Order: sequence, then C-alpha cells, then structure tokens
Amino acid sequence: MGHLLSLLSFGPDGWGDELLAGLVVTIELAVATVPFGLVLGFLVALAKINRNWALSALGEAYTTVFRGLPELLTLFIIYYGGQILLQKLIGLFGDVVVEVNSFVAGMFALGMVFAAYSSEAFVGAFRAIGRGQFEAGDALGLSRLVTWRLIVLPQLVRLALPAIANLWLVLLKDTSLVSVIALPDLLRQTNIAVGVTKQPFFFFAVACLIYLVLSIVSSIGISAIERRLGRGFGAAR
Amino acid sequence: MIDVLLRYGPRLLDGLLTTLEIVALAIVVGAVLSLPVALARLSPNRVLNGAAISYTTFFRGTPLLAQTFLVYYGAGSFRPFLQDVGLWWFFRDAFNCVVLTFALNTAAYQAEILRGAISGLAKGQFEAAKALGLGPVVTMRKVILPQALIVALRPYGNEIILMIKGSAVASVVTVFDLMGATRLAFSRTFDFSIYIYAAVLYLALVEILRRVWNVLERRLTRHLKPATG
Repeated sequence: MGHLLSLLSFGPDGWGDELLAGLVVTIELAVATVPFGLVLGFLVALAKINRNWALSALGEAYTTVFRGLPELLTLFIIYYGGQILLQKLIGLFGDVVVEVNSFVAGMFALGMVFAAYSSEAFVGAFRAIGRGQFEAGDALGLSRLVTWRLIVLPQLVRLALPAIANLWLVLLKDTSLVSVIALPDLLRQTNIAVGVTKQPFFFFAVACLIYLVLSIVSSIGISAIERRLGRGFGAAR
Repeated sequence: MIDVLLRYGPRLLDGLLTTLEIVALAIVVGAVLSLPVALARLSPNRVLNGAAISYTTFFRGTPLLAQTFLVYYGAGSFRPFLQDVGLWWFFRDAFNCVVLTFALNTAAYQAEILRGAISGLAKGQFEAAKALGLGPVVTMRKVILPQALIVALRPYGNEIILMIKGSAVASVVTVFDLMGATRLAFSRTFDFSIYIYAAVLYLALVEILRRVWNVLERRLTRHLKPATG
C-alpha cells in the first residue's frame, strides 16, 4: 500500500502532479462549457416559446436531437465534422492540414448537449412566471428589455437553478468523455499513469474518488447558492 | 455514400443489436440489484442505510466511463486472484465487464427511483397491510410495489434512455456496439456520413422507446383517470 501511495507523490517519480494537471483541465472544460451552454440554451428556450411556429418547432427539434444522441456520438460528430468543415473552408484558400483542438470540440459538443437540457429548464421556469409579470412591467411603463432584465430574469434564474445545478453535476461527469479524443483531462492522465505503472485498479479508483469529491463539493456549493437565492421565499428547499 | 451503407450497414445493425443486448441486460440485472439497495436505503438500520447511501453516491457521482475502466482494466490488477476463484473468464471479456458496470451503475439510479416512489406512498398502505396480517414480503409484492411502480414508470423510462445513450461508452473498451461499429467503419472509410446514420439509429431507438412508454403509461394508469363517455 505504501508503494502504491508513493505513486501519487508529486515530482518525477509520482503521478500526483500529472493527475492534478488533468483535474485542472477537467474543471476548466466544465467551467468553459457552462456559459456557452447557458446562452445557447436560453436562445433555444426563446425559440421554443416563440409564437412563430417554425421557430418553436426548430427549438423543439434541437432539443429532441441533442437529448436523444449519446454524448460520445455528439462529441465525435462535432470533432470530425468540425475538422472536415474547417478543412473545406480553409482548403478554399490554401493547402493546410487542419486539426481541431480537442478542448474546443469538447466545449462545443458538451455545450450543445447542455443547451438542449437547460432550454427545457428555462421553458419550465418561464411558464411558471406567468403573463402577469409582463403586464405589470407594461403597466409601470417599462420597456420590454427592462421588463426582461429587472423582472423576469431574476425570477427565471431562481426557478431554473435546481435543474441547471443538476446539469452541472452531469456535465462534470461528461467531461470524462473528451478524454477519448485525447484531451489531457483527469481520466486521460489516469490512463497514461496506468499505461506506465501497470496499476489499473489503483489509479482508476483514485480517479473515481477525485470525481466523487468534485461532485460532493459541487452539491454543497449548489445548496449554498439555492439557499441564498431562496431568501425571502419561506423555508429553503 | 451508398457504398458505405451497403458495405457497413450490416455491421451497424449488428452493433445496434449489441447495444440493445447490453442495455436490456444491464437494465434487468440493475433492476434486480436495485431492490435490496432501495430497501436498505429505507431501512432504519444505520449500517444498512449508510452502505446504501455510499453505493448510490459513488455510482451517481462518478463518470460511467471511469467506472467502466475501473472494472475492465482494474480487473487486471486482481488477475491471479480472479484466476484462482475461476472468474477470470468473465472479466477477460469486455462485453461482460461493460454489462456488469452498467448494471451496477443503473442499479444506483433505479434504487433512488424506487426509494422515491416507495417513500411517496401514504403510510396507511403499510398499516393496512399490517392490519390484514400480511408478511413483509407479501406487503411489498402485493401492496407496495404495484403502486410504487406506477409512480416510478416515467423515471424508469428516462433511465432506460440514459442507459441507451450511456452504452456508447462501451465502444471505448473495444465492444462493437452501435457506436463501436460506427467508429470502426469511420476509421476504415473516413466517410463522415456513417456518423449521421448512427445518429439516426440512436434517435430512432430513443423515440420508439419514448412512444412505447407513453402507451404503457396510459395503459397502466387507466384506473386513475376520470371515466369518459
């Protein structure tokens, strides 16, 4: 056991620093994905609640597709599809071999999946807010934009948050898929460590524990945020 | 484009069958495993309860891909032991490892679904069963589970869909499920359309399941709807 633990030390003999570097990439990817996924999800939600049926059908189709596809397949489609697309675009100007960055591909793919799920959360929250809030904004002489910013959005955030927090937990785990296209995240670094040390069970167990700690820490943070946003609404859920 | 479909279409369909096999096995084995976990989770016994919480927290808090690596490659760490107890043949095969991992994983989620459904039932149901002199097993089988399963039906459907999607991970440990067959075909042809075919197959699978589930739900909840006509 002592021998195994020494494998986790920092420095040239241990894998501690490599795993830590991988953990940083995992967290960076998850954090970078959220803003993209939220903005896209919000736009998809706006399309879905639009009176224009073509637009709302488009929003629904987006959700159906990206909630139905395996995340791994979405990732490959974005990764290889993006490569082919860029190659064609750049091929118009010159002969260059394009390689899509696996971090960017991962961010796009996971962000699109995140958007499909978060748009549902936004639509649900939006329906719960009710027309009266918009009418109140009109009655106060506020413009549409100000009504959205000051009246609707703050309520929307509070209502959509539990679902979005759940998506964050799913996203943290899904980042591990990007290791398959060679992004040096936590799981990829663990794979490399296993290849060198021939200690698969030990290293994968350590990786699992690190993911578990990430999930547990996130859950604690989420409860704190929900409590804060729930101020003034009676008992916190 | 049509060439690729003619050439690799049968492989994709083989892969689709493998995917279905993995998902069906994992869901059924997981359902069996989830019952004791859910009951332990509901039990007043602190040790049982703690064990069940640890189990569900671990399998729901870590990535399925990492779990699959842990079982498939991790088994290699215990090879002499597994050979001694005559289980090595099982862990040597990636397909078995994948089914085992997925079953353990979905058992954690299914246990939570079941626990939620059972704890949602009114206490009177348990008391009524007791008043009738029913034993704990009969109470579970005849009174509690039939009602809990109706509440759990929709979450179960979602869990199967998540499992179909999650099963694509099997391709990473050399199983030729739909995703694995697709990756193989792409690596040989570099024809991107193969990924689109796979996407259509996955979407069709999920959509069919969703519709079957809607029918199933309507049928099983007939007696709860107000009579019409």
